[in-house]
Amino acid sequence: MNTKNVAYVRQEMIGPTPAPLNTRSASGWIRTNLLATPKDALLTILAVAVLVWALPGMINWLFVQAAWFGTDRTFCTTAVQGGIKPNGWSGACWAFVGDRFQQFMFGRYPIDERWRPMLVAILFIALLVPILMPKLPRKGLNALLLFVGLPIVAFFLLHGGVFGLQKVETPLWGGLMVTLILSFVGIAVSLPVGILLALGRRSTMPVIRVICVTFIEVIRGVPLITVLFMANVMLPLFLPTGWTIDNFLRALVGVAIFASAYMAEVVRGGLQAIPKGQFEGADSLGLSYWQKIRLIIMPQALKLVIPGIVNTFIGLFKDTSLVSIIGMFDLLGIVQLNFTDTTWISPVTPITGLIFAGFIFWLFCFGMSRYSAFMERHLDTNLKR
Amino acid sequence: MTDHAAIAPSEARTLRSYVYDPKIRGIFFQVLTLVIVVGVGWWIFDNTVANLARSGTASGYQFLKGRAGFDIGASLIEYSSDSTYGRAILVGFLNTILVAFFGIITATAIGFIIGIGRLSKNWLIAKLCTVYVEVFRNIPVLLIIFFWYKGVLSSLPQVRDSVKLPLGMVLNNRGLAFPKPVWGDAAWVIPVALLIAVVAAFIVARWAKQRQMRTGQQFHTIWTVTGLIIGLPVLAFLAVGAPLTFDFPIAGRFNLSGGSVIAPEFVALYLALSFYTASFIAETIRAGIRAVAKGQSEAAAALGLQPSTTTRLVIVPQAMRVIIPPLTSQYLNLTKNSSLGIAVGFPELVATGGTTMNQTGQAIEVVSIWLVVYLSISITTSLFMNWFNAKMALVER
Repeated sequence: MNTKNVAYVRQEMIGPTPAPLNTRSASGWIRTNLLATPKDALLTILAVAVLVWALPGMINWLFVQAAWFGTDRTFCTTAVQGGIKPNGWSGACWAFVGDRFQQFMFGRYPIDERWRPMLVAILFIALLVPILMPKLPRKGLNALLLFVGLPIVAFFLLHGGVFGLQKVETPLWGGLMVTLILSFVGIAVSLPVGILLALGRRSTMPVIRVICVTFIEVIRGVPLITVLFMANVMLPLFLPTGWTIDNFLRALVGVAIFASAYMAEVVRGGLQAIPKGQFEGADSLGLSYWQKIRLIIMPQALKLVIPGIVNTFIGLFKDTSLVSIIGMFDLLGIVQLNFTDTTWISPVTPITGLIFAGFIFWLFCFGMSRYSAFMERHLDTNLKR
Repeated sequence: MTDHAAIAPSEARTLRSYVYDPKIRGIFFQVLTLVIVVGVGWWIFDNTVANLARSGTASGYQFLKGRAGFDIGASLIEYSSDSTYGRAILVGFLNTILVAFFGIITATAIGFIIGIGRLSKNWLIAKLCTVYVEVFRNIPVLLIIFFWYKGVLSSLPQVRDSVKLPLGMVLNNRGLAFPKPVWGDAAWVIPVALLIAVVAAFIVARWAKQRQMRTGQQFHTIWTVTGLIIGLPVLAFLAVGAPLTFDFPIAGRFNLSGGSVIAPEFVALYLALSFYTASFIAETIRAGIRAVAKGQSEAAAALGLQPSTTTRLVIVPQAMRVIIPPLTSQYLNLTKNSSLGIAVGFPELVATGGTTMNQTGQAIEVVSIWLVVYLSISITTSLFMNWFNAKMALVER
């Protein structure tokens, strides 16, 4: 039938009508999102009041009043306290952070040798970035270089004593460098050990299961600081007379043990979520135990627990700050050490240093959690019902 | 396995079949593990004994009876430097419990508010709560403790410039001093009254529930119980002639006298633990509420329940099932994190134990005390929470 000539049939489509005003205008958005009910309106007013009360003061303290440049404490103290600021002044002392920035990064590492940690950092970034980008190939080689090659190279570079490099003892290490080394080693050790412990806990062999359960539950039941104390004071007792063990290594052992126990529980969660059919299917194909775990179970289990694994990493990264209690100078430790430095002593120095350290920690942890969310979306095979 | 034998009962087994028998392999690996573990354990034990003998440290728990010789700033029980090491450790343990108890209450309260706030339809509230969670979750708790201690509390005025607060409270860099209640002779009546009130409240609640089951009539249990628990002790207090006076704190030039003082170390630790753990609890609460299917609240609305009743009777009981297990581990985390009090000098278990360890050199004994105490706290909490969880769990037919 020819409809073209029928007068009452439209020849062209009507353009879409714009959405109702109350869903696209600013006032409409405010009405639905801020003032929907009287209770909402009250809450909004309260929140705005809090913001108006707190934000300007914070911005003023952090940026406007802050002492950005300076070489010693006089720039961050008032006249009464012996400085150049007017009495009653209070603001962040960023000059302190700027002056001590190198120390916050490398601790008391000799200044002439600081190219070494810098080089390690560059290598680390060069190996880390490709492994984080799912599109890039050769993940196996990359992981091998990052988790096996880099630690060896980094040890010789940082510690020195070979190839004509000056020896730098670990008590001189410090700052963000130590925080990153501790967490990297913790992560690199805890994942494989955690997987083994989780498999041991799910094992049918009673002896292995009991050993794994005891280890995991004892370590998870006590605070990290006691594990660090244990590593610090008891490791030397456990070793034969005459053996000495570096303080830094003790902290590394403590952190690694602690992280492994937590990782084991995360991995176990993943293992328990795998349907029994997957195990039976692998068995029926004639795969050996390790083939089954490596090819069938772990790829699925680990994918399920990526958020948990990253949370453990974040927790570990934050927990490394505890080594400052057993006398090591990680980022938090070195910032604290500077509070007593007479060059910069002032009422605002501690809080500025802590805000700076907190910001660095936050940056790393927030980055990790964002990346985990991205990987979760990327690996989502949409099999959820 | 047993069916192995069933397949080939009569054939003589070759060595190869033994090597590949999972049962034999299992036994072999277990024996191997046991030998390694026992071997390493023996090696460690042997080394330790040798090391201890060389340094002349006597092992055993005799040192707990020795004179401690160090002072403890905050103590719930009578303690002086003449007390024993054992008592010092007990003081530390009680302080751990104290800060954990108040920390858990505050963290739960903040966590609930923030967690529900993140689900709010109010954009501003939701965003503010998100900012709170993302800030506190991603900063080490130790740093938050220092922030409160060094950043906020150390900027409080000195004793002679103390800030006078209402109700006779005084605030300075020694802490918050408040009037200490001094109870009179007849004060024992009040706890007795409280006990009676609690028992009566239980009976009323049971009776009300049974009556509602039988007849459908509701009873204002909440109000009655609150009235009983608050009213009866107050009545008892008035009846025996209000046997209560206060010891007011007086700020001198350098020192405070009288009253009770909350030390800044305690406040720093308590606030930091509360704020930090609250961010995790908030996430737990949010996940729990979001785990309740939307159909549940829709069905409740279809039945004509009011929004508040829906929340109380439909959403919360179901969300609690998801919330309780992770909430328990957060409580345990808070308790374990209270060990960071050592960093600001709050005398909790690890701090007093650490001082004892430094003075006596009894590292293994002190560490073993820590292990036992923390593990007992963990296990007790887990058992209680498992019981609670079983009570709350979905009863399926």
